[in-house]
Amino acid sequence: MAEPVAEDSPHIVIENLRFRRGRKVVFEDLSMRIPRGQVTTVMGPSGSGKTTLLRLIGGQLRPDGGRIWVDGQEVARLSTRRLYALRKRMGMLFQSGALLTDLSVFENVAFPLREHTDLPEDVLRTLVLLKLEAVGLRSARDLDPASLSGGMARRVALARAIALDPDLIMYDEPFTGLDPITMGQIVTLIRRTNQSLGLTSVLVSHDVTEAMAISDHVVLIADGRAVDAGAPDDLRARASDWSAQFLEGRPDGPVPFHYPGDGYREDLLGVRERRDD
Amino acid sequence: MIDAIASLGRSSLNALVVFGRAFLFLLQVLASLDIVIRRFGLTVVQIYSVGVRSLLIIIVSGLFVGMVLGYQGYITLVNFGAAEALGGVVALSLVRELGPVVTALLFAGRAGSALTAELGLMKTTEQLSAMEMMAVNPYRRIFAPRFVAGFLSMPLLAAIFSAVGVMGGYIVGVGMLGVDSGAYFSQMQSVTDWNEDVLSGVIKSIVFGFVVTWIAVFQGFNAMPTSEGISRATTQTVVVSSLAILGLDFILTGLMFGAG
Repeated sequence: MAEPVAEDSPHIVIENLRFRRGRKVVFEDLSMRIPRGQVTTVMGPSGSGKTTLLRLIGGQLRPDGGRIWVDGQEVARLSTRRLYALRKRMGMLFQSGALLTDLSVFENVAFPLREHTDLPEDVLRTLVLLKLEAVGLRSARDLDPASLSGGMARRVALARAIALDPDLIMYDEPFTGLDPITMGQIVTLIRRTNQSLGLTSVLVSHDVTEAMAISDHVVLIADGRAVDAGAPDDLRARASDWSAQFLEGRPDGPVPFHYPGDGYREDLLGVRERRDD
Repeated sequence: MIDAIASLGRSSLNALVVFGRAFLFLLQVLASLDIVIRRFGLTVVQIYSVGVRSLLIIIVSGLFVGMVLGYQGYITLVNFGAAEALGGVVALSLVRELGPVVTALLFAGRAGSALTAELGLMKTTEQLSAMEMMAVNPYRRIFAPRFVAGFLSMPLLAAIFSAVGVMGGYIVGVGMLGVDSGAYFSQMQSVTDWNEDVLSGVIKSIVFGFVVTWIAVFQGFNAMPTSEGISRATTQTVVVSSLAILGLDFILTGLMFGAG
């Protein structure tokens, strides 16, 4: 049974998370707290496992070690039924939108409602139109997902993610590949959704400017650990070498420009050291 | 030498892993079958897409196969003065073998590959993941209805194939080569046994339907989420299904008619 959760307790707690994919260690010892009712961005370089983190929080992947609590419930230990119950209170926005291609925009937003509720058709219609209006796409309801631009698809996906009025919404790279206008729309929507619905928002992103502007709380991850966390301004003020390199986008520094490997000289000369087995 | 043995071992292990996954996948799908009764509408949509949409190719193929049988049968039988037996030859070949086998091969090519590509693309575009995150179980919402639809459609398509084939044989045998119309059907009726011939054909088509749909849905589920992965999975569906159909046909025929 989920313990009663205090208003000010963190929404998500991650402790000593370990996760590997094949031989690649994605998370070595990751710990973080995601405060309730705020916008938190998890930032890190590409390939640092940001999307994997969202999947672990959503229970789609199981950690190899450590624990993740969402709303006081340990995700990896939930039965399928409870996990699904927890997911009804989570929305997730995929980078691609992940709209169901055989359904119209309207039906995509109606999908979670039809699956999980028994609402009469006219109530359902009102709800879907409300959600679509919130993302500015009420009049696009009859379109086919294939005919939407990337930004529109993401907005429809947002409408779908908030269809069941979740308390937590996760955004996977919401700013990637958008033009400035659409970017502005998405930034506004994320902020507005967070405020008007009073939910906890978790973003993973590597777009520093937008993410810093939108967030109440930022966590930087690298090499499978959380290297820094705090309010955006604090983070800027006391950034470590690594964080400074990341936040300012310097090409070389603690994160080397070159992919690690044999020395350049030996490589060019064709001398390969055989490592002892 | 050691390398060759190691790679043989590795590929055998990989094959076993795939078998294991396919079996677990099947169990999961079977455990989700209650959705088919609770929301039959989902299955009806799939029956339309895998069954009804395969009708044209099945009818046209059945017609031509029946017509060829009519020709070939007549040419052989007329030498023995037994051209009247044509109806029986055509019907037996169709209900016992060609109906289930050719239908299953066509079904694998038409509906199986479409299922794999659809599911593979749903996986690649994260639709299945999104569904899971919306607390909708894709085994129930997506896989189970498709599985049942394929499994139900196959025997019906095989029956239609055989029926159309019989008419194709009739068109050639009776219409063009002058076999007596009454003899065509009475011969058919006297040599075709319900249990021995028709039912065994139905059982075959049920087995083929099960196997082809299983392979197709699993390949879609198991596809690498890339365009190359989908292309490979679709090819695999057709190749593996076709081999499975032919292999199983041999075994089933042996079981049904061998001991006789």
